[in-house]
Amino acid sequence: MAEMMYWEAIRRAHDEEMARDPLVICMGEDIGVAGGTYKATKGLYDKYGPERVIDTPISENGFTGLGIGASFLGVRPIIEIMSVNFAWLAMDQIFNTAAKVRYMSGGQLEAPIVVRSPGGTAHQLGAQHSARMEKVFMGIAGLRVVTPSTPKQAYGLLKSAVRCQDPVFINEHELMYNLKGEVPDEEFFHPLEGSEVVRQGSDVTLFGYNISVHWALQAAEVLSEQHGIEAEVVDLYALSPLDRAGIAASVSKTHRAVIVEEAEPAVGVGSEVMAILDEECFFELDAPPKRVSAVNVPIPYNRQLEKAALPTAKDVVAAVLALFAR
Amino acid sequence: MNAADKKRLLREMLFARRFEERCYEAYVERKIGGFLHLYPGQEACAIGVLEAARPGRDYVITGYRDHVHAIKCGADPKEVMAELYGKETGSSKGRGGSMHIFDVEHRFMGGYALVGGPFPLAAGIAKAIQMKGGDDISICFLGDAANNQGTFHEALNMASVWKLPVLYVCENNLYGIGTRIDRSTAVVDQYKRVCAYDIPAAQEDGQDIEKVYAAARTAVEHVRSGKGPYFLELLTYRYRGHSMSDSNAYRAKEEERQWSKRDPIIMLRDRLIEAGELTAEEYKAMDTAILDEIEEEIIPFAEQSPEPKVEELEKYVLAENDPWVHGGGN
Repeated sequence: MAEMMYWEAIRRAHDEEMARDPLVICMGEDIGVAGGTYKATKGLYDKYGPERVIDTPISENGFTGLGIGASFLGVRPIIEIMSVNFAWLAMDQIFNTAAKVRYMSGGQLEAPIVVRSPGGTAHQLGAQHSARMEKVFMGIAGLRVVTPSTPKQAYGLLKSAVRCQDPVFINEHELMYNLKGEVPDEEFFHPLEGSEVVRQGSDVTLFGYNISVHWALQAAEVLSEQHGIEAEVVDLYALSPLDRAGIAASVSKTHRAVIVEEAEPAVGVGSEVMAILDEECFFELDAPPKRVSAVNVPIPYNRQLEKAALPTAKDVVAAVLALFAR
Repeated sequence: MNAADKKRLLREMLFARRFEERCYEAYVERKIGGFLHLYPGQEACAIGVLEAARPGRDYVITGYRDHVHAIKCGADPKEVMAELYGKETGSSKGRGGSMHIFDVEHRFMGGYALVGGPFPLAAGIAKAIQMKGGDDISICFLGDAANNQGTFHEALNMASVWKLPVLYVCENNLYGIGTRIDRSTAVVDQYKRVCAYDIPAAQEDGQDIEKVYAAARTAVEHVRSGKGPYFLELLTYRYRGHSMSDSNAYRAKEEERQWSKRDPIIMLRDRLIEAGELTAEEYKAMDTAILDEIEEEIIPFAEQSPEPKVEELEKYVLAENDPWVHGGGN
């Protein structure tokens, strides 16, 4: 098992899938000659050539639609959208075509594309480079949404997404591309559905996804060491469909829940998980579930304001203590 | 084109006309729901262009005014009508409706309701053709108003940069929904807008099917020979409103009268009669046979077909039993 960075894991998945299947291509802004803003396609241009590693014009809706059209004929495009903020421009093709085409054609056509995009807040990039959009994608029937919290997931989720017949959106994170972690040497495929208990605990469940899994884990250590509270941490790597059974199973054990999300609270992962708890295991709850979310503001440029807008592990600890009335 | 081919095209256009008129009636009878965009007046465009291509083999994609394009590609008109009736036997199993006819077996890659959406999809189909080899081409039919969408510029630019085998056909019927082209569009001649992308473009009379066919042959040959994309603008007119919910009050009656004199069916019919290649009786018999086919085969098929099962409401949302969802071969 080798340790590698998140970007290296993504790059490896691209490389293996492109070597295996000549119909796998990747496309996006600066992904070819420049190797990708976050290096996820570094070296692939030289290896596979400009026909398969395509530097696109800055035309998100256009090139996403082009990838979808190619997928109708069996091509497997991995489309990188440089920042999730720009994915708004491609929403027409993702939402109106990729997610709906199998349904509205009565099963005749499908759009097995992968769209990858970093979707978090980095360092002082301002309101138009800091949006979190997973809540938008997870509300779309016909689209799968996954979000890796580790290099291993980044590798395995992309491997499965490329081969899956459904369109898959992979929500990555600007701050995680240099995150190190172990990735198996042998090829492997991560499930696109389900959730993973990454820390066992008996007193409260902390739900996280992508970067917020790490905040939850940090909070769990503090809770254990300083407060004697054992938190279970559940990684919701699949945001659509959400793992209803897994969510209910953990809370049926711990009887308390806090959802940790980097996004604003409204209509998001937290509200959806709370609805699932309500529907699946309401009578197992010993306390009302809580959300730890971003403040509902466009992300500011100023460093202090930016930090104040986002949740931290400290906020998670405070939310858990409140659940125990401490 | 010989006399037999011309007569066949006349029959195809007349069939398209009668089919669409019957759709109108069924809509008024509330057998067809939703939005319905009809094609009368524009028949020479889809039929003439595709006659110059290889319908059923070349890939075709279009907007929501899609019935006739699908039928020319080889879709069974019974299934198209059944789709409008929302039946399980319909082209899209009743899930699509008028605006979303699909017949992938005949390489009709669908009707799409977002104006301009098919521009990049057609370029993507062409990209796949280019990767896989062979001399099939991708053909995209859209109206003039679609050219005011960003996707027009984005897709034409990419098609040109990557020399994709795609033919864009603009059916310029002078109205974007209810707004006249000169009130919404700075350059009324659509083919002129394409020069920005270094793509050869031409404009032709869309009411004369022989002219459409000749222009389309040049266009198709260009694309098929690997020289990259081509843009063909056809000047045409729709007789009815944008959709059934459109009262058509924004057009002058005189303008409609002028265009009706250039009806694609009447023009070809009269030309054939004048040349002694068709008699008035033959034409009448052709029309009767079409009306009979519609009333005796197409409508009963749609009427009598079963509705989709409510238990299958959630079918086709996601792939069934896809092993990679669960980690595949792990």
